[in-house]
Amino acid sequence: MYVAVKGGERAILNSHELIAETRRGDTSVPEVSTWQISEQLGLAVDRVMAEGSLYDRDLAALAIKQAQGDLVEAIFLLRAYRTTLPRLAVSLPVDTAEMLVRRRVSAAYKDIPGGQVLGPTYDYTHRLLDFALAAEEGVGDPEAPVGETPLEEGMPHVADILDYEGLIEPEVPAEDADEPFDLTREPMSFPADRDQRLQNLARGDEGFVLALGYSTQRGFGGTHPFAGEIRMGEVSIEIVPEELGFAIDIGDVVVSECHMINQFEGSAERPPQFTRGYGLSFGHNERKVMAMALVDRALRAREFGEEARYPAEDEEFVLYHADNVEAAGFVSHLKLPHYVDFQAELGLIRKLRREFEERQQKDAAE
Amino acid sequence: MSALEEVRWDAAYNFAYLDEQTKRMIRRALLKAIAVPGYQVPFGGREMPLAYGWGTGGIQVTASVIGPDDTLKVIDQGADDTTNAVSIRRFFSRVAGVDTTEATEEADIIQTRHRIPEAPLREGQVLVYQVPQPEPLRQLEPRETETRKMHGYAEYGLMHVRLYEDIARYGHIATTYSYPVMVNGRYLMSPSPIPKFDNPKMQDNPAIQLFGAGREKRIYAIPPYASVKSLDFDDHPFEVQTWDEACALCGAQNSYLDEVVLDDRGGKMFVCSDTHFCADRRAEGHRGELGGDPAALAFARTAEEEGADR
Repeated sequence: MYVAVKGGERAILNSHELIAETRRGDTSVPEVSTWQISEQLGLAVDRVMAEGSLYDRDLAALAIKQAQGDLVEAIFLLRAYRTTLPRLAVSLPVDTAEMLVRRRVSAAYKDIPGGQVLGPTYDYTHRLLDFALAAEEGVGDPEAPVGETPLEEGMPHVADILDYEGLIEPEVPAEDADEPFDLTREPMSFPADRDQRLQNLARGDEGFVLALGYSTQRGFGGTHPFAGEIRMGEVSIEIVPEELGFAIDIGDVVVSECHMINQFEGSAERPPQFTRGYGLSFGHNERKVMAMALVDRALRAREFGEEARYPAEDEEFVLYHADNVEAAGFVSHLKLPHYVDFQAELGLIRKLRREFEERQQKDAAE
Repeated sequence: MSALEEVRWDAAYNFAYLDEQTKRMIRRALLKAIAVPGYQVPFGGREMPLAYGWGTGGIQVTASVIGPDDTLKVIDQGADDTTNAVSIRRFFSRVAGVDTTEATEEADIIQTRHRIPEAPLREGQVLVYQVPQPEPLRQLEPRETETRKMHGYAEYGLMHVRLYEDIARYGHIATTYSYPVMVNGRYLMSPSPIPKFDNPKMQDNPAIQLFGAGREKRIYAIPPYASVKSLDFDDHPFEVQTWDEACALCGAQNSYLDEVVLDDRGGKMFVCSDTHFCADRRAEGHRGELGGDPAALAFARTAEEEGADR
């Protein structure tokens, strides 16, 4: 009925009540706690923190609970909260070479200084449903064996090993490296520098970035990547308070990082050398950082004088459409009433059809 | 306001939700926008607790210009009681504690989506438009880098060609809403998706017209009494929609009408899209052809009762 479309305050409030009831589900089933979400749905929490641009496991778990597990909705909740927070300090750049590694693999070399560390990964699990997880009595207290020797401290990046030989493009800080672009404070601008692009990709929707990265592998672009290195673990965050004048450690965050090593043919000015694609994300988000590194390299086409021909190489296309809070909002706004404009289109289509029929009749008469 | 005065808004938030620095940044963008009518000013749009596409730009603009003593009206599709208008009004009642109204003439600020009120605005009023896509050329050129150049050079031939193609194909311009306008003889501007019926109201309007696009992070404006001309050709002058019918409730013949489907056999009635305008006319004793019909009045009453709930 039309009245339902008109809605009103009462309908909105009732819908809030209904969603609360639906969220709770069958009350004979125990309510899930945010602690359980944080501990046992950790990868969902990681994704929400990464795309929500806020490192807070408790709040991300709360957002997931509030959104009934809809991660894009949870990301929106976290973003909306984040924007109300004051900015107390800006950290120093994080040194991922000093990471307390939980996982670190390279596909480019068989063995690397510091070693290959498989860590917690689903990669070599067989994707068979584990019915033990559904058992009433639960899984008990699973415990992994501790390695015989501790990991080496300080694991150099594989890219740095290539850099030492001059085989990969050197990493040169941008001229304005002191003040990286901040999409949360400034509107997007083009042409976009790499800092803006990387921030956009880090906040970008995992599915969108994944599909774009995949498209470059399938031929819509071609960067011939090798997974130089993927690592995940804790890094220290340091700030320099003005009144102290030196850096202090304010805590650790878990991040995932990927260095892609890509082919480059060289040019008249530049010798043939490998080029870099980079991905970094809060939490354990390996799929995301690998895809991000592919897209980062694809978006550097201009820098290497390559023709940007494919979607993943087109920075306006990628950057404007990567954010799922923006995308979900704009797609869902089609649910809002549009009947004023629809009325205008109704009037037009009736007029066009009338004119069409008049023409047909006139043609038939002739 | 004095420190002794009671804080009427949710004290967990700054007045009108945004922090003062953000409001200042938005006001600077607004001043620039008013100084260069029709020019899209990029601004550091913030993430709001409402979804992009649901009025985040308009909300940020309203939040930046509203004061505790202002009276706010919010409409969507011309109606005060559509769900999103209710939702946005609730938002400002909560975070700004301002008085709200449905009466166009009583409002200091009117936030709107898709309509300009039928009642003429006056000096001192501010009309805030919610804008989904600020770029009038976007459907013709998807790239921002290109459209900014086109505005820079005032190179709007592409839009004229598009309108001409309509004429070549249909014999008339077939754009019914978001009909492009030229502001102050310089910038091509999207009026937001208002029906072209409303375009003439923008011209020489005594009120300040502000446009906020949250997702696209652009602000633009029309200062009072500015020239806002809908694009047309000498031999195909701009025309607005007309109806053969009058409003079934209030009998108005000069307002924008919505078609209300009454059954699945083609039965329908036409009613004013501007609910306040229609209610005012009925209060003055005007009646449309269904003005005494219990079913039609039930429709109008439902809308009014929803309003009374607030």
